[in-house]
Amino acid sequence: MTTMVERTTTPPPLQGPTAKEKKYDRQLRLWAAGGQQALEDAKVLLLNSGPGVVGVETLKNLILPGVGNYTIVDEVDVTEKDLGVNFFLEESSLGKSRAEESCKYLQELNLEVNGNAIQKSTESFVEKPSVLDNYTLIILIGPTKDCSILEKISQHAQKSSIPLFYVHCVGFFSHFSVQLPAQFPIVDTHPDPASTQDLRLLNPWPELLIFAREKTGNLPFQRDHEHGHVPYLLLLLHYLNVWKAARDGKAPANYSNKKEFAAMVAEGARKNNAEGGEENFDEATANVLKSLNPPSISSGLKEVFESDDCRNLRKGSANFWIIAHAINKFHAAHNGLLPLPGALPDMKAQSSDYIQLQNIYKAKAHSDFAEVTATVRRSEKDLDIESPIDDKEIEAFCKGAQFVKLIRGRPIRIAKSTETLDWSDRAGALSMELENQKMMGLESLLPIYFAFLALDRHHDETSRLEQSRREPSPLKEIPGARDVSGAVLPVPNFAEAAHFYTPAVDPETEPKPWPRFDTPEARKTFDNVVKELDRADGAELHNISALTGGMVAQEVIKVITKQYVPVDNTCVFDGIASKTAVFNI
Amino acid sequence: METMVNGIEHSRERWRYLDYFLNKPGPTSDPEWLPGEQTINSLETSKVLVIGAGGLGCEILKNLALSGFKDIHVIDMDTIDVSNLNRQFLFREADVGKSKAECAAAFVEKRVKGVKITPFNGKIQDKDEDYYMQFKMIICGLDSIEARRWINATLVGMVDTENPESLKPLIDGGTEGFKGQSRVILPTMNSCIECQLDMHTPRAAVPLCTLATIPRQPAHCIEWAHIIAWEEHRKDDILDTDDPEHITWLYQKALARAQEFNIPGVTYSMTQGVVKNIIPAIASTNAIIAASCCNEAFKIATSCNPWLQNYMMYSGDDGVYTYTFETEQKEDCPVCGNLAKSLTVNPNMTLQEFIDSLGERAEAQLMKPTLRTEEKSLYSQFPASLREQTAPNLEKRLSELVENGEEIGISDPAFAIAFKYKLIFSS
Repeated sequence: MTTMVERTTTPPPLQGPTAKEKKYDRQLRLWAAGGQQALEDAKVLLLNSGPGVVGVETLKNLILPGVGNYTIVDEVDVTEKDLGVNFFLEESSLGKSRAEESCKYLQELNLEVNGNAIQKSTESFVEKPSVLDNYTLIILIGPTKDCSILEKISQHAQKSSIPLFYVHCVGFFSHFSVQLPAQFPIVDTHPDPASTQDLRLLNPWPELLIFAREKTGNLPFQRDHEHGHVPYLLLLLHYLNVWKAARDGKAPANYSNKKEFAAMVAEGARKNNAEGGEENFDEATANVLKSLNPPSISSGLKEVFESDDCRNLRKGSANFWIIAHAINKFHAAHNGLLPLPGALPDMKAQSSDYIQLQNIYKAKAHSDFAEVTATVRRSEKDLDIESPIDDKEIEAFCKGAQFVKLIRGRPIRIAKSTETLDWSDRAGALSMELENQKMMGLESLLPIYFAFLALDRHHDETSRLEQSRREPSPLKEIPGARDVSGAVLPVPNFAEAAHFYTPAVDPETEPKPWPRFDTPEARKTFDNVVKELDRADGAELHNISALTGGMVAQEVIKVITKQYVPVDNTCVFDGIASKTAVFNI
Repeated sequence: METMVNGIEHSRERWRYLDYFLNKPGPTSDPEWLPGEQTINSLETSKVLVIGAGGLGCEILKNLALSGFKDIHVIDMDTIDVSNLNRQFLFREADVGKSKAECAAAFVEKRVKGVKITPFNGKIQDKDEDYYMQFKMIICGLDSIEARRWINATLVGMVDTENPESLKPLIDGGTEGFKGQSRVILPTMNSCIECQLDMHTPRAAVPLCTLATIPRQPAHCIEWAHIIAWEEHRKDDILDTDDPEHITWLYQKALARAQEFNIPGVTYSMTQGVVKNIIPAIASTNAIIAASCCNEAFKIATSCNPWLQNYMMYSGDDGVYTYTFETEQKEDCPVCGNLAKSLTVNPNMTLQEFIDSLGERAEAQLMKPTLRTEEKSLYSQFPASLREQTAPNLEKRLSELVENGEEIGISDPAFAIAFKYKLIFSS
């Protein structure tokens, strides 16, 4: 009955880490070789503007870990004030292209990375938006000169499924929105190890039961040493049998049942020893609550299963959906069970018992994986797919099925001065956010996002007014540009203008153009943020740029490696209160 | 406006962005605050100390220099290793082996004109109170809890209620993978690092008997090679975890043991990780935490906006999540509190067992403790004569040595001060 691990007869050849593995050691421990490869294959585009520090700081954090390729598009030449805020410039940079100079000093950080600089405005660079197809990810620094540029980039990125980050960083505040492709699935989400245990104790399989019987059949007669080393999960299986035998075969179902069950397990420990108890029994009682749950699936996986792409595979279906489909079939065929992940936590046990138990779990995980693979292969055949999905991809999905995540990318909101944003689909959720924070006695950070939208809108408006001055055109085309006398109106200052961009709640209007924003708290936060942004007058504070550059880089890495879970989809940072918040806009 | 700083003339035009915040109040800045020349002057004359020139330290130096600080000191005892280059962006391959403090200081001084950065290549424990007294505040980017506790205890000890200048704000950052935290400590005024010690639980050590007799995990085999096999076979060599030959030897021993017990999974990289207790580290997380610390330093130095009260934790594993809150100062904090901290102990445990447990208990974490009651010495690590004299106590039960509720003093060579604990017997 012993399952032996294959023994290596000769020790493996000793190879120390390569130079690259040494340099990247601290990050490979997070995203491994696969993540690193994805990073090295990436081509990141920075469309820079304003003081431009947050973009450069973001790139720094991508170049150091070895992103493959970066391109900086920036229109301006370096001026004196750049040297007080941007670390990747020198005295000698004054008067030269800011794109080229910051590209040069960033490049020094990692010679394996390929850097490019283009001295152009974002506007002229994206004249033909197809130029964006040369990149795998875009970072756009806002506000753009006017909203049509943002709109053009956003629409093209959607069409080409290129992830787009839209970033603002002004004074003590920052914001970024992530526009992911319409479907962005992540399998390797790196859940907390403590939450990943699926030991299937309520649904044991024959091999596990046989081993449990072998190790617990004569429990009362075992010698102390043996008794104190029975792996806790075999103890739980044993006592489950005892429990069920007295209760019509029913396992402990609710909290009080489980408490009673835990007490019964604890009762079995021998206490007539120096320690006054047994560690394996302590482990068993401590694990009752979390190990005896009927199978269930996470809301993320449920969403995947219920999606039409999962139910109805078609010729062009992504690998993710073909595997999800197979796992859904497994789930249905096995009364709600998912493929066994196969990992076993450490527990008090004799070495050989533990290894044997580990092998039982591994073997079961492998046979579940084989069953899923068979379904995948059938689908491939039905769909006439020629290149089969790699076993490793299927295996990774089986191991992490409970924690897979599907993010549905949404377009970035564009605050045009000539239109009213329609919040009908989000107004409810955002009003709820304000209410919830208020109930907890907290200030929602949502107004920060709206202040940045107001800033975009202000830029759009200013650009429109300026244009009207350059090329006088019929009044009616540019409302508000001139008063009746024909005199050019002054460009309103942001703080004054923002007041009118704020959500004026009109109870007559349904759907409301902005989310309900009439709580005095939200209004006060909004006004303060606007005043603070006005104080900054477009300036970046290096610390806030560095911090935001760190956050954006983390998210970019998660999107590129398809590991961990990226922000869905808007994040703000408040550098006065030292707080962040994430909203699904 | 032309000004002279550190002998270099420069125009305020360079600091135009910064000046928006130094010359104008904002809606949340203190109404009493006077923006303008006075504030700029106080920022430029604030002498600040950075402890650590590693992942956080490199970022901190850059950030402070670009926040308008002109007089910065930095301490680090380490030299540059190739595995630092994925995040410690002031260092290049040619710098491997050089002093981190010196290299980092020279780089930032060269890049940001007018800032003076004074490096010290050594340990924080080499410096005394007079040294720390010269700074306006201290910013820590450390990877060791022990060093944090040392500087914390030193700064708390320096506070003289008669002299407001003796209170040195301590801003501390730490990271692990995609996570980190920053905190602002005003010694004796709010919760200190020692008050918060139990928020950072040490990793539980694997019992020696598991390593010796019933290994189950690859890490158990590596720890066995590290703790037992090395002592047995290479007693006379001092283990150097940076020496590839030493790591290779441990790896091979661990691998052989793993094969003996059929344990899969021992690798070179894992051996290195376990033996050196490697914590994953990336540039972006360091950027976030270092910038958060420097943002607080800037606000404290200029009063241009309120600062953090007093702890922000950041987690980037699943989206972005921060929790910003005020940790409570503890009355029974062994460093800044007045009361002895209660430790619940089993009266039947021996003094030796109690000493061993001090290393692992989240609220103590003391490795080489010397213990005494008000009347007598219970156990003394140094000098050797006193150690011999007190060694017989190690076998005695706690109940034979102290009364229930008795206060004991514990000192440890890693810290400048003694900790007060009150032993409560469990029933």
